[in-house]
Amino acid sequence: MSTGKRRIDLEEIGGVTIAKFVDKKILDEANIQTIGGQLFALIDEDGRRKIILDFSLVEYLSSAALGKLIIMDKKAKAAKTKLRLCCIRPDIYEVFEITRLNKIFDIKSTQEEALEDF
Amino acid sequence: MNLSDDQFEVVIPSQYEAGQAVVERIMTLVQPVGFQDRDLFGIRLSVDEAVTNAIKHGNQSHPDKTVRIGFHLDERKVRIEIEDQGPGFRPEDVPDPTAPENLERPNGRGLMLMREFMTRIQYNAKGNVVVLEKHRQTTPVG
Repeated sequence: MSTGKRRIDLEEIGGVTIAKFVDKKILDEANIQTIGGQLFALIDEDGRRKIILDFSLVEYLSSAALGKLIIMDKKAKAAKTKLRLCCIRPDIYEVFEITRLNKIFDIKSTQEEALEDF
Repeated sequence: MNLSDDQFEVVIPSQYEAGQAVVERIMTLVQPVGFQDRDLFGIRLSVDEAVTNAIKHGNQSHPDKTVRIGFHLDERKVRIEIEDQGPGFRPEDVPDPTAPENLERPNGRGLMLMREFMTRIQYNAKGNVVVLEKHRQTTPVG
């Protein structure tokens, strides 16, 4: 279900979908529900097989947003969709490190790097 | 009620927007006093998580329940106390989200992030009041 204002910009490069978050802060419950719905639809409705989540505009996120990313990762694995994350600023990357989520996600520094051998 | 610029106490309804307004107020007071950027990021994240927990998990977003937030800032530290009207919980019962069997569970990371980013985090015995403290780096400036 992808209701509400679009919270992610989509771009296709060589069969890879780049989903870029448009919000600086991903924390409010309603916002996170909308983002989650739009992300899940990429797999559940559109059947996309290669997805890069681009965090370059994101300055801040809450643990509830991390929860959505984990569900996204599970959906991707179940659907055999390849998922990569990129362009995460150091503050937020530290959140991934503390919670060890850097171990379950394939995280690249730049979009170019994320597109390589995908 | 405003006691002074570096100390206040407010009681807010169990609404996300009311919580965010207090988070912003706290950050406006904390930002100019010389915390490092990483510390500011961590304070915002921790206060945000704690206030959200109080509203959502403590008070279950009940319209008749409120959250009390106390703020104190001095030259050494910032201290934030958050009290909800829920039944409380035992922090030690929250499973370690970094344990391999929990790594893919979508919940349980807020508490861990607060512990990591703040100098001190303390719950009362009932588990409905949390105190967050961040001490400033003691490196002399100038």
